[in-house]
Amino acid sequence: MSLLKLASGVTAAVLKKGSTTQLVVSRASSHFVYSPDAKAPVEGPTQKMNMFQAINNAMDIAMERDESALVFGEDVAFGGVFRCSMGLQKKYGQDRVFNTPLCEQGIAGFAIGVANTGATAIAEMQFADYIFPAFDQIVNEAAKYRYRSGNLFDCGSLTFRAPCGAVGHGACYHSQSPEAYFAHTPGLKVVVPRGPNKAKGLLLACIKEKDPCIVFEPKTLYRAAVEEVPVAAFESPLGKADILRAGSDVTMIGWGTQIHVLKEVADMAKKQYGVNCEVIDLVSILPWDKDTVCSSAKKTGRVLIAHEAPLTNGFGAELAATIQEECFLHLEAPVARVTGWDTPFPHVFEPFYIPDKFRCLAGVKKLIDY
Amino acid sequence: MSLLRSASVLAGRLAGRNQLALKCLATRRTIHGEAQSSEPTSGPAKFPGAQAAFVAKPTLVLPEHVESVPIYRVMNADGVIEDASQDPGLSRETVQKMFRDMVLLNTMDKILYESQRQGRISFYMTNFGEEASHIGSAAALSPEDWVYGQYREAGVLVWRGFTISDFVNQCYGNREDEGKGRQMPVHYGSKKLNFVTISSPLGTQIPQAVGAAYAFKRQPNNQRVVITYFGEGAASEGDAHAAFNFAATLDCPVMLFCRNNGFAISTPSKEQYRGDGIAGRAAGYGIAALRFDGTDIFAVYNATKMAREYVLKNNKPIVMEAMQYRISHHSTSDDSTAYRPAEDLEIWNTTEHPISKLKAYMKQRGWFDEAAEEANVKAVRKQVLAQINQSEKIPKADWRETFQDVYHEMPQHLREQMKQMEEHIEQYKEHYPLKDFKN
Repeated sequence: MSLLKLASGVTAAVLKKGSTTQLVVSRASSHFVYSPDAKAPVEGPTQKMNMFQAINNAMDIAMERDESALVFGEDVAFGGVFRCSMGLQKKYGQDRVFNTPLCEQGIAGFAIGVANTGATAIAEMQFADYIFPAFDQIVNEAAKYRYRSGNLFDCGSLTFRAPCGAVGHGACYHSQSPEAYFAHTPGLKVVVPRGPNKAKGLLLACIKEKDPCIVFEPKTLYRAAVEEVPVAAFESPLGKADILRAGSDVTMIGWGTQIHVLKEVADMAKKQYGVNCEVIDLVSILPWDKDTVCSSAKKTGRVLIAHEAPLTNGFGAELAATIQEECFLHLEAPVARVTGWDTPFPHVFEPFYIPDKFRCLAGVKKLIDY
Repeated sequence: MSLLRSASVLAGRLAGRNQLALKCLATRRTIHGEAQSSEPTSGPAKFPGAQAAFVAKPTLVLPEHVESVPIYRVMNADGVIEDASQDPGLSRETVQKMFRDMVLLNTMDKILYESQRQGRISFYMTNFGEEASHIGSAAALSPEDWVYGQYREAGVLVWRGFTISDFVNQCYGNREDEGKGRQMPVHYGSKKLNFVTISSPLGTQIPQAVGAAYAFKRQPNNQRVVITYFGEGAASEGDAHAAFNFAATLDCPVMLFCRNNGFAISTPSKEQYRGDGIAGRAAGYGIAALRFDGTDIFAVYNATKMAREYVLKNNKPIVMEAMQYRISHHSTSDDSTAYRPAEDLEIWNTTEHPISKLKAYMKQRGWFDEAAEEANVKAVRKQVLAQINQSEKIPKADWRETFQDVYHEMPQHLREQMKQMEEHIEQYKEHYPLKDFKN
């Protein structure tokens, strides 16, 4: 944990200030334009929510229906540095929604123990950048509990939530996307929502899932992403990708914030090159939806994968390797990866680091021209 | 006996020391809210981080001014109970079961150690010298209490009814092993005996035990506590710090039981820490502490009983430290003569051995029957040897168990990988030890 806690409230305050901070704002906001889901995931009454409200709503539902469910982590009691647990302690009491000491390995170990007894643990890592002290507990313990005990014990009722991804000014330790580290760990389920509906559905699915899950929540979407979210409980299936836009020429695969970049790229490619892009939100990093990805790749013959995390051994590498293995005879061009560079995530150079729409568009052009 | 160091005892000890020590005392006593500083300045400090008085001169709190946590013991090396009020008053049957279980563990250890030496099992870790801390603590727990161990607590399982077959089958990883042969030998676990499956990474179980204790505390009319065992080496891990602090701040009914046997593989405890062992850390976390002679089964029993009552009544943790000596090599992969002289073992292997102490006690009571004891050892030996022969012949589980239990349900990619391996084996079966595995 760092002492620099970038509450989204701070970002909002910065937005309103003078010309020096205005620079920061334009840099941060140029990266993507949020586009809501075309339709609600389930029927019924909806309410306008941003992503932190949808997450709050999901936890509220989970705690309401399961008396064993606990929400804990650093600073969750007053509502969380990103407001995700607002009002929950007041509603459910201090023994169900509480602050822990500032220690990620403790949070993870504690969560595993809670889950060993069958109770539901919803644990927050304040930033995905600070999940690494808990890496041992997550990788060696949580992921292997069921397997190593011959199914005598498990910690399936635990869910980790961790804010991830670029935020405009997060630099090395408030911007990381560590999904690939965890994708290499059998026994975990890892998902990344692209907006409020997905966040609510995935979180509820993870909480119910009988395996330990990690939800990486792109923090830049907490406030920026607003859409109509069904009021009722619903679950978004784990391991299932979403085709957000159908296309015939190029398959573009991403997750989290990058989905909104790719949707814009699809419009640009159509307008500038007359190219029809199919946009797939992978949603689930582990296990991932090979069928949806590969049938799209076979249809279009060209694939571009984009993620914020660095290139080398990023999750794009796994996708690319599988696509060439499964779709070899259908490919018209090498699988392209547009990602963060193989550097730490920089502060002032963020606009040159992220796989923005222009780098993705250039990637599409190369695929078409190949 | 008070669980917390009493300020008045501390005052008596320090009275003759220098001015600095008195200042230390004054500060410490004020922390406990029992006295004012000897040199108070104006009013109490208002810092949120600690409740303490201001002093006008800099005050070093030196570790040597803090009294060591004393080692509680009930019987001496001759098996004589030193203070009759501390006699736990256990029945002859209970004491005899304690003895038999220690001997069973000791005898089984010797044979399984040898069987590893003969290459029959891949690995083993013995419990020599620590038998009393296992059996004594287990006897003072409720069978419903959850146990999170490290790996050298097999005696807890013996007491709870894990059988010789259970132990040996796990070491062989055959299909009778409930763990399905996936972990190394001595990584035992039993759902029905409330013993959480052992894993190799050190210290990881400690914060888990704290979380489990928290969850149990929330259950209506909870009568269950959680105990977690760990060595003094593991207590250096970050997870131990995490666990102590979480247990204290979240008020968890957990017993943090350290087996301080003087060595972590080759590293002596003097290279492991500089403070007053592990019990000495408890006050820093705001946790009660209890240190006792781990070679004295009655001290272990009484301490555990007291600790359990304290934990359950107050919904608070306790740090327990059993002082003992690792007579064993660390494991079958270790030769401890490389880092400690063999003669150091002598005293721990004889007069200070937990089994000989209990034996001496039983002899005084006329509860020790030499012939019955010999017959018992013989019977255990025979049973373990027979079980080894049998376990060796029991096939291992279906090799497809490689792919099971990774998740609650097998995901598609694992089903595909299992199918790939099936096809591969079909073609290359002569190169795999299929006959040893159940079809």
